[in-house]
Amino acid sequence: MDAFFKNLTRFFAFFVFSILAAILVSLLIHSQIALSKYGFNFLFDPEWDPVTEEFGALIPIYGTIVSSAIAMIIGIPVSFGIALFLTELAPTWLKRPLGTAIEMLAAIPSIIYGMWGLFVFAPLFAMYVQPGLIQLFGPLPILGPLFKGPAMGIGMLTAGIILAVMVIPFITAVMRDVFELVPPMLKESAYGLGATTWEVVWHVVLPYTKIGVVGGVMLGLGRALGETMAVTFVIGNAHRLSTSLLAPGNSIASALANEFTEAVGDLHSAALIELGLILFLITTIVLALSKLMLLQLSKREGAKT
Amino acid sequence: MSTLPPPNKIYRRRRRVNALMLFISGLAMAFGLFWLAWILITLLYEGFGALTFSLFSQMTPPPGSAGGLLNAIVGSVLMAATATLIGTPIGILAGTYLAEFGRRGWLAPATRFINDILLSAPSIVIGLFIYSVYVAQVRHFAGWGGALALSLIVIPVVVRTTDDMLKLVPDSLREAAVALGAPAWKMIVFVSYRAARAGIVTGILLAVARISGETAPLLFTALNNQFWSLNMNQPMANLPVVIFQFAMSPYPDWHRLAWGGAILITLGVLALNIVARVLFRR
Amino acid sequence: MNDQPQFDNPKLKIKALDFYYGQYQAIKKVSLDIPANKVTAFIGPSGCGKSTLLRTLNRLYELYPDQRAEGEIRLDGTDILAKSQDITLLRAKVGMVFQKPTPFPMSIYDNIAFGARLYEKLSRGEMDERIEWALTKAALWKEVKDKLHQSGTSLSGGQQQRLCIARGIAIKPEVLLLDEPCSALDPISTSRIEELIDELKADYTVVIVTHNMQQAARVSDYTAYMYLGELIEYGATDRLFIKPQRRETEDYITGRFG
Repeated sequence: MDAFFKNLTRFFAFFVFSILAAILVSLLIHSQIALSKYGFNFLFDPEWDPVTEEFGALIPIYGTIVSSAIAMIIGIPVSFGIALFLTELAPTWLKRPLGTAIEMLAAIPSIIYGMWGLFVFAPLFAMYVQPGLIQLFGPLPILGPLFKGPAMGIGMLTAGIILAVMVIPFITAVMRDVFELVPPMLKESAYGLGATTWEVVWHVVLPYTKIGVVGGVMLGLGRALGETMAVTFVIGNAHRLSTSLLAPGNSIASALANEFTEAVGDLHSAALIELGLILFLITTIVLALSKLMLLQLSKREGAKT
Repeated sequence: MSTLPPPNKIYRRRRRVNALMLFISGLAMAFGLFWLAWILITLLYEGFGALTFSLFSQMTPPPGSAGGLLNAIVGSVLMAATATLIGTPIGILAGTYLAEFGRRGWLAPATRFINDILLSAPSIVIGLFIYSVYVAQVRHFAGWGGALALSLIVIPVVVRTTDDMLKLVPDSLREAAVALGAPAWKMIVFVSYRAARAGIVTGILLAVARISGETAPLLFTALNNQFWSLNMNQPMANLPVVIFQFAMSPYPDWHRLAWGGAILITLGVLALNIVARVLFRR
Repeated sequence: MNDQPQFDNPKLKIKALDFYYGQYQAIKKVSLDIPANKVTAFIGPSGCGKSTLLRTLNRLYELYPDQRAEGEIRLDGTDILAKSQDITLLRAKVGMVFQKPTPFPMSIYDNIAFGARLYEKLSRGEMDERIEWALTKAALWKEVKDKLHQSGTSLSGGQQQRLCIARGIAIKPEVLLLDEPCSALDPISTSRIEELIDELKADYTVVIVTHNMQQAARVSDYTAYMYLGELIEYGATDRLFIKPQRRETEDYITGRFG
């Protein structure tokens, strides 16, 4: 009985262990036709035409990266600010309710973000914010091309902003956790020199927790890259390469969500599955790096105490 | 003997920088709360009107006519329940290995690592995976496919919480049980599980909350069904996909139903989260 | 306590100090004068309030909202507990070294420059001088002068603690608070720090908390024995250890208790 129970648990642990490899293998097999037909060119080809059966991944890859980059540019400083507020500034009685509220941002299903983004955020954004952005940045030399074109509401920038809101709770949670790892005595000795709260956080807490903070950012990035529904609603689903962040685009996940069930022909399906494979590889690498960094921080902590 | 020096220029600058940065940090906090409030208020505003009796009593309508979400609600509940029933035992057993047996050897740390990746893996790829190994083999979309995809999302959540919670059980408790002559399996089932029960149940509730709103893995597996169906071998209606299709449509009637579904899901998910927290805090 | 030592110009004058952790009173009506350019030690069993007392002298307790001090502490005549007293400027005058070495996660150079930069704008050359000066004072210069840009955490425990002392004196304080500075160190490092303390009193007023009575006897000029938040006896170290006036003090220093 004892051996049976132990082996049963070991079997299921092994089952969990093998899921990742199983996903990888099945995606490889089912994208075989596309893989062998296009090879590495698939990554750099901007063409995507189901009618002529010409498929390249450049545009969805570009859209995935750009929308996630926008999310990170907004999400990282905001998450840092929230984590700083919750660990150093908020009075004790406010910490829990405010912390829970931020965690609730992660609990809201992504389809709700998408729907809300499409019906509520995008129209207001198009009406009040985008014209201002076009006026402000449009004439500038380098930033200009990023903010060209009609204010449509939907597009890369909108997708990036909504992604930012979605990843904030994840990055914040990791930052809060690692900030709590800083030995109180280390902070006290900085305060003891007369440093201000900001100086303690910027010069002591942040350098001390650097690896963990980067790990948290990578976790958020992994989430942003693979997010599907919220992006599908607001990115515009246009298969176009555009320098403007206001223009509609496409991401890997949204291309899959939109096209997969309607794919005609084996090559189209295989190309979409290869897109999924690319997404899976990128997110797995990003998430694995995140995990490694967080492990390194906790190992260092463990060694110290 | 000097007393304390008067504030000089550097010092005044530092004070200003500090005040500014702390103010910005407060703004970041407000920024986060602002989105939460905005989304929830919109949902309540748009959704409450849609919460009518017919929402719960009628089927999803064809374009341009009134109806409800009954088949989608039932389909969602059915698939989520099946996924939980499949995923929970697997997750608990695997988590048990990690915390109780896997203290030496490579399998436990490796599985823990992979499980944490699965926890954040894109759910649409999980849908694609189940499509490849199940839907493409049986050659039709089916409720079972949806349930399988969702169970793959349940598993990592349950593994993680089971592992974490069992690790919190003090070894002295285990030793006491073993000292009485209890075999390992009895010790785990009657001592460890019991001590970690609240935490594990919390994990299961959070997993249910997570899959209740998942849309992407259902798109290629359960798909959707306009009609009443309890047959898990057929395409099956479910709230998230119905919301997706209805919201993306040009019909105002469908939009109203989508808002109704959205508020149902959100309130359900938030309620599950709050119950899980309350349960865990005890 | 009428037989306390009196000083003409005490560096620190503590009067009727009470201290609370929430409801719990950790220090009860403590009054004592701390002389300039001497080493004063606080001793007593753990939980007696000696570290708490030390942490009121630079108001470090204010980091924690449920801790508060009542009474009066005067630094050269200025009431430092007054609400109007700026704590940053206070801490520039009153430096502190902790139980465990706390090098910041940056280079040896930057560890020391960090504090100095908070108060003064120094040129590169002046900063280099200041760092050499502080490290020399802390008896660490010879050991680290060739590796100033290595991480502070790469040093040994004793070196780290001397780095923290150098960091404290680089901002030119007048008072140095040492909170059991040797409790995490080996005997050799401990004796180096003790020598250093002896040298430091030429320029600074040193207040040290220690659980080690021999250490108090070796390094301090005056000793205060505390028990359960009260000051039991305070006097010249030689006198207090040889001829304690209170029965409680005698029990403690002879090891019958504590």
